[in-house]
Amino acid sequence: MAAGVATWLPFARAAAVGWLPLAKKTMPKPPVDKKSRNDEILFVNVSGLRFQTWKNTLDRYPDTLLGSSEKEFFYNEDTQEYFFDRDPEMFRHILNFYRTGKLHYPRQECIQAFDEELAFYGIVPDIIGDCCMEEYRDRKKENQERLAEDTEAENATDTPLPPHSTSRERLWRAFENPHTSTMALVFYYVTGFFIAVSVIANVVETVPCRPPKGSKKDLPCGEKYTLAFFCMDTACVLIFTFEYLMRLFAAPSRCKFMRSVMSVIDVVAIMPYYIGLVMPENEDVSGAFVTLRVFRVFRIFKFSRHSQGLRILGYTLKSCASELGFLLFSLTMAIIIFATVMFYAEKGTKGTNFTSIPASFWYTIVTMTTLGYGDMVPNTIAGKIFGSICSLSGVLVIALPVPVIVSNFSRIYHQNQRADKMRAQQKVRLARIRLAKKGTTNAFLQYKEEGGFQGRGSDNALCLKNRSSFEHQHHHLLHCLEKTTNHEFTDELTFSEMCMTESVGYRTSRSTSISSQQGVATSCCPRRAKRRAIRLANSTVSVSRGSVQELDTLQVHKTSAGPQSRSSLNARTEDLKLNCEDRDFTAAIISIPTPPANTPDESLPPSPAIPGILRNSRPTSFTHETVKISSL
Amino acid sequence: MGALMVIFSLQTKQRRKMTDSVEDELELSAARHRPEALEQLEAQTRFSRKELQILYRGFKNECPSGVVNEDTFKEIYSQFFPQGDASTYAHFLFDAFDTDHNGSVSFEDFVMGLSILLRGTVQEKLNWAFNLYDINKDGYVTKEEMLDIIKSIYDMMGKCTYPTLKEETPRQHVEIFFQKMDKNRDGVVTIDEFIDCCQNDENIMKSMQLFENVI
Repeated sequence: MAAGVATWLPFARAAAVGWLPLAKKTMPKPPVDKKSRNDEILFVNVSGLRFQTWKNTLDRYPDTLLGSSEKEFFYNEDTQEYFFDRDPEMFRHILNFYRTGKLHYPRQECIQAFDEELAFYGIVPDIIGDCCMEEYRDRKKENQERLAEDTEAENATDTPLPPHSTSRERLWRAFENPHTSTMALVFYYVTGFFIAVSVIANVVETVPCRPPKGSKKDLPCGEKYTLAFFCMDTACVLIFTFEYLMRLFAAPSRCKFMRSVMSVIDVVAIMPYYIGLVMPENEDVSGAFVTLRVFRVFRIFKFSRHSQGLRILGYTLKSCASELGFLLFSLTMAIIIFATVMFYAEKGTKGTNFTSIPASFWYTIVTMTTLGYGDMVPNTIAGKIFGSICSLSGVLVIALPVPVIVSNFSRIYHQNQRADKMRAQQKVRLARIRLAKKGTTNAFLQYKEEGGFQGRGSDNALCLKNRSSFEHQHHHLLHCLEKTTNHEFTDELTFSEMCMTESVGYRTSRSTSISSQQGVATSCCPRRAKRRAIRLANSTVSVSRGSVQELDTLQVHKTSAGPQSRSSLNARTEDLKLNCEDRDFTAAIISIPTPPANTPDESLPPSPAIPGILRNSRPTSFTHETVKISSL
Repeated sequence: MGALMVIFSLQTKQRRKMTDSVEDELELSAARHRPEALEQLEAQTRFSRKELQILYRGFKNECPSGVVNEDTFKEIYSQFFPQGDASTYAHFLFDAFDTDHNGSVSFEDFVMGLSILLRGTVQEKLNWAFNLYDINKDGYVTKEEMLDIIKSIYDMMGKCTYPTLKEETPRQHVEIFFQKMDKNRDGVVTIDEFIDCCQNDENIMKSMQLFENVI
């Protein structure tokens, strides 16, 4: 619906007749529309394929190439047509955008080619209709990822080190990429070997060895060859400790390193040994000490540094945590239900194994996973019936979620990524649309400040002429509304400041000063009163930023000087400033002789003393005005 | 059992809603309106043939079905006044354009309204304005009606205005209007009072010529 806003403008203006009897002030004069209203057919030749369309159709979007005067650059006098040396197939879609107001993405086209065409014709891709937006986004993301992968593969970490790197950086690199140097490779294999040795030692020391002479009982090897195992353990732990300290030293960010998973595993792997060293040979404590030795098995996780596959597995498990959690939850529910049922079913039996509900948990789990150890069996008929139901449902409960989880790995993972990005992009899109709306208002406010109402004569004519007639008429309409109600449009910033200063009872003169504020806040914005000092500071800061911004964008084409509206704390009266849109660059090369020193006085409507703040903060509202109503 | 019932009722409600919307869609697509012939419109309005052609092309492009309903109206208007809320005023405007009160504005209504506003005599324009203000179309504009209209106009300005809009501004505006227009002080403004008063007001008469060349 937003497409042909220009079509409805005459209607909206005509309806303004309804305001006339109510107007508090006289209406402004309407802009003169010099062009004749007769519509004409334009010929557009795109690489030989001739298109014809009404001029009005193209005028619907004045900020695109075809809608603005930019297309005159492509006008061919000999053939009386506009010639574009671009893809004719793509042009079809571009032209349809003008006709219907909706931009569609042709699925068979390359996404980059499409983007380039859009950029050429000055159309923002955000306008793509909802029907094609998702496909467009997906393809674009895919493309970007592929490009990113390629660049990543190019900049693989096998690249040589920068010439002047400290030994610490080299060390870190050696740890992270063993392939970089021979030493690193050696170290890598050595640590791998010792991890294996340590794990095997842990395993073997529990195997029963032949008992020493004079004893009948079988002894685990650990107790037989205590010294040997102790020496091996010590050696491994020394190596691991050394490795850990080296990594800690070389890490670029020590805190981050200490929090990483691998370092935690390292610590857990070597801690039991040291704790065992410092622990006294106490009977009570050694029980706990034995438990600690279990943690030695975590050394096996150190292999994940050596194996890419383990890392990927760990990562996918982490990312699928919610699915696994759900599986666990549903299993728990089923277990509890069936355990309860079995317990009460078997309660009557003498000498039953189902002594309590938690005891029945074991039976339920064993049955549901179809293990069926047979250490607990129901005796009653009811128990057997429920037992069979339990095993049947066990198959379902376990077998169903597992393939779902497996396929969910990739689906959920990718979907999450996409959803987050889409949400972020949605916010950006909405923000842009809001900006466009603000842009309309700002265009009008800027138009007012330029004194567009007074019809200033040839000085600013160049500046004003570059507005489309649509804008002229729209601004005239808004101006009529202002006159009807005897109120003026302002923007958010000025409004909030006005609120604040009105409540403070601020009267300003040429130089505003934050420190001179007094007064108690009342009336409209009591909550803002607290922040008034900060707000004013912000506003002046933003004014200076705004003016600097203006300077940046205006470059050196401007040759006229002009005061920066009413002075503020950052008076930059000597700076160049011309309140035109960026489009007017080339037009404004011709110097504008009259210094608009009289601008502030003339363009200010008769009003009380607050305008200082108003004018000051105007520049901040000069945001990008490239997107106007027409592209909503 | 209760859960099953709830689920079932929800399903039927959804299905009913779906059928309703399907019917609505059918209705909308069936409400394709073809305007009267070009010659007839030319005779009834003060637009030339070419102007009518341009108007219709734009209109048809925006509303392929040939009619505008109130929501579209409100949307269009809100795009011209992004700062404020134009929906109330758009509603009143819609009522003024929809002369046969069938809930939609066809091209004929549209073009007749425009003809009066842009090419009509001052009398006709004032008539139209009075018709706009007279919300219940009973021939009298009461203070309440005027207050509604004026509030809707102020709504279009939005929040960020200078000077700030106060609560009593619309009411004051109504008072000023009534003081000017209501000659016999009976609390209502009739069409004759209105036209009389406007014709004696120079500013209003001058501004009536403003929008002549909109098309």
